[in-house]
Amino acid sequence: AKYRPTPEQLLDLMMAVSVSRDRDAFAQIFHYYAPRVKSYIRSLKVEEKSAEDIAQEVLLTVWRCADQYDPQKSALSTWIFTIARNKRIDVARREKRPEIDLNDPALVPEGPASPDRAYDAAQVALRVRAAIDTLPQEQATLLRSSFFEEKSHSELADELLMPLGTVKSRLRLAITKLRSALEDMNQ
Amino acid sequence: MTSHHPDESLLQAYAIGNLGEPLALLVATHTALCPLCRNAVRDLESIAGTLLDDLSPTALSEDSLSSVLAQLDGRETAAASEASSPVAEGADTILPQPLRGYLGRRLSDLPWRQRGVVADVALFPDRKDFTTRLLRIRKGCRVPLHRHEGLELTLVLSGAFSDSQGHYLRGDIAVANSSVVHQPVADDDEDCICLAVTDAPVYLAGPIGRLLNFAFKY
Ligand SMILES: [Zn+2]
Ligand SMILES: [Zn+2]
Repeated sequence: AKYRPTPEQLLDLMMAVSVSRDRDAFAQIFHYYAPRVKSYIRSLKVEEKSAEDIAQEVLLTVWRCADQYDPQKSALSTWIFTIARNKRIDVARREKRPEIDLNDPALVPEGPASPDRAYDAAQVALRVRAAIDTLPQEQATLLRSSFFEEKSHSELADELLMPLGTVKSRLRLAITKLRSALEDMNQ
Repeated sequence: MTSHHPDESLLQAYAIGNLGEPLALLVATHTALCPLCRNAVRDLESIAGTLLDDLSPTALSEDSLSSVLAQLDGRETAAASEASSPVAEGADTILPQPLRGYLGRRLSDLPWRQRGVVADVALFPDRKDFTTRLLRIRKGCRVPLHRHEGLELTLVLSGAFSDSQGHYLRGDIAVANSSVVHQPVADDDEDCICLAVTDAPVYLAGPIGRLLNFAFKY
């Protein structure tokens, strides 16, 4: 059960779902992601039963909206994360998530100083993973808690008995490192 | 180019879905006007996706997959895709999405309430945790001196204003907290339109303001 598909394998499975409506491929995606989505939702203090319901709904959305997944825009894990995030906002808070529209003519386009980067999904996933693996343990732990436990930076500071400034600067360091791993992608 | 960006903890909270809807609306609208923060949010989402991959799995109930597979049968209802709302003829291009969709009509057709030099429109009127307003400050005019009990974030949509902390142009976010006695002044050339989200009641702090506190709440 240590099987971990590579980003390329997951992408192939997803393409099979999207193009050929392949149920076996979907089952494999389900096996991999549903238990992780459940962990994510559980980490937000959602109780067991409804975390499982949300995980199921997320995977159903993956099937139903498969043709909306664009590997040029995001890694599969990222896309599934955003579905799970939005589903939880919907279920737990009864709110909508305000989102930009990339085709909106009122959107201020990228300038030469800050281009909207094109993404190669599998590449991005590999780069972020590699960069996370090089983080010092403490930064990696802080990063995980700050993303998945719905704690504000000041709550994390209280919990870790660290000054808020230290929490913020360590997180900033970690995120800057991860982001710079993505910076040079298209050069 | 925008020079006053949201704090990175706000961007992160937006990326992972931890902001209440009014604040999320303000941050999202900023990212429509600021490619830098747009890229930052996208990177943060990529990081979140990778961290999701790393989570240790939680076991599902035994029939979980079969119950989901069973629901794949039958006619597939096309999921409500987020159709991008077209910009209607004559729409205000100063209002990017998602704000335009939340307002639902042209700026000039909104139910502005004129209060002195400032006009406002309330958004999310039923929420107790935030006060959310679209503000229009008359050009060259000064908003009555006031203090914020909580934090106020103001996103400039058109025109510009200054306060003791800076000069804010379209796309910029000004932050005022309880330590700031706040007196924004709109630039002379045009009215300044902003989206302001405040997380607690706002009191007027000047002597006249104190008198006006019944009628005005800026
Ligand atoms: Zn910005
Ligand atoms: Zn103010």
